[in-house]
Amino acid sequence: MTRVRIPPMLRAEVGGAREVEAHGETVGEVIEDLVGRYPALRAQLYRDGDLGEFVNVYLGGEDVRTLEGLDTPVRDGSTLILLPAMAGGSPGVGRHEA
Amino acid sequence: MASYRELLARIREEIEEISAIEARERLESPDPPLFVDVREPDEWEEGHIPGAIYVPRGRLESRIEGLVPDKARPLVVYCASGARSAFATKVLSEMGYTDVVNLAGGIVDWKRNGFEVTIPRVLSPEQRARYSRHLLIPEVGEEGQQRLLDARVLLVGAGGLGSPASLYLAAAGVGTLGIVDGDIVDESNLQRQIVHSTESLGEPKVASAKRTLEALNPDVRVVPFQERLTSENVERILAEGWDVIVDGADNFPTRYLVNDASVWHGIPVVHGSIYRFEGQVTVFDPARGGPCYRCLFPQPPPPELAPSCAEGGVLGVLPGIIGSLQANEALKLILERGEALTGRLLLFDALATTLDEVTVRRDPTCPVCGDSPTITEYVDYVEFCAGPVATER
Repeated sequence: MTRVRIPPMLRAEVGGAREVEAHGETVGEVIEDLVGRYPALRAQLYRDGDLGEFVNVYLGGEDVRTLEGLDTPVRDGSTLILLPAMAGGSPGVGRHEA
Repeated sequence: MASYRELLARIREEIEEISAIEARERLESPDPPLFVDVREPDEWEEGHIPGAIYVPRGRLESRIEGLVPDKARPLVVYCASGARSAFATKVLSEMGYTDVVNLAGGIVDWKRNGFEVTIPRVLSPEQRARYSRHLLIPEVGEEGQQRLLDARVLLVGAGGLGSPASLYLAAAGVGTLGIVDGDIVDESNLQRQIVHSTESLGEPKVASAKRTLEALNPDVRVVPFQERLTSENVERILAEGWDVIVDGADNFPTRYLVNDASVWHGIPVVHGSIYRFEGQVTVFDPARGGPCYRCLFPQPPPPELAPSCAEGGVLGVLPGIIGSLQANEALKLILERGEALTGRLLLFDALATTLDEVTVRRDPTCPVCGDSPTITEYVDYVEFCAGPVATER
């Protein structure tokens, strides 16, 4: 069992939970298990069948891209952090549409 | 019982002394010793040996370990004539400093030889009172406070993050604060944007912030840029010269623009972002070996996954916490003290009150700061962030 930390912008897709449990031997399997149970997440995380470049996944504080990517083995009891970019701050500094 | 003269003579036999000529040779060597001036404040202000640190004799024992933690570091202690510093040298040996010598003849003999002295810039009595709590910290002190007064920080955004960041930077005495923001103060801002007030409703944010910050600290000059940061104006704004950028923008085009510009200008960026109950803080500093924003997030999220605080909301105190962390990082970068958040991303969860840290590595294939950059001039950031992802849908 792996705990997966859900960022605020994706919590609606998992019923509001901050953390959910998922199973798998690798990072890819854990995420597949997760989106299997919360199908709405798939569209938010995947692009063209792969994990989107705008979502970072951390295992033990390290970006899995610097490890073995989705093939990175996951030990039972570890925590994955899903982290999409957040812009939030001050409006009115760069938006062109206004 | 020994008289002063007898005591001084005895102490001199127990310590090592060097002449002004030898001290100068050591100062010019590739690995110079640290000079410690133990005179009174008015003597120090009239001029000191270049590079010396100042610890008045009466505070020597209590302060020296904070200023010089390494007891093996070579020290040359001096006063006016070499008498007070002889006693100081003896005390430092007794405190465990292993390589400490007295400058015989003191700074008087140094000057008689025609050697250079530095006249320190001094804080006014008002500044001394205002910054007294900084002056007490060895990591800041008078030299650090002067650095802060000389420093120039550019804040991108005078909103939720820029409010606390600019207030603390102004209070700390950062001498020049540039603020880029094209917005006016709206009622919905006041729940968290504490640099503004009810009285400034309808006023440009940069004008409101300038008034608040300069009222807080008359040492601070606020340079307002009442405009949105764009590819067209970024070079003009950066041309004024900034030591640190504090990024509190609310949208991805600005984030990527700030990133690319800062990489090309070699300016460190203190990055903060917030959404609902969560905040992220880090420092991007590729000029000193760290990663950039594109190393962390090579691609912006598709717009439907990138809600702003205007759409998703934010707990009012959250930008207070994250913006204050940004001010802390900016101050450390200016002071060159402590460990910057370079290469580390802090994740703060206000609901659970947890702070997590993940590693951010420099990406050698990064299109902007990597080994073979492919992006070398400003792009259309709005289009880049709308991206192919959005047009597919």
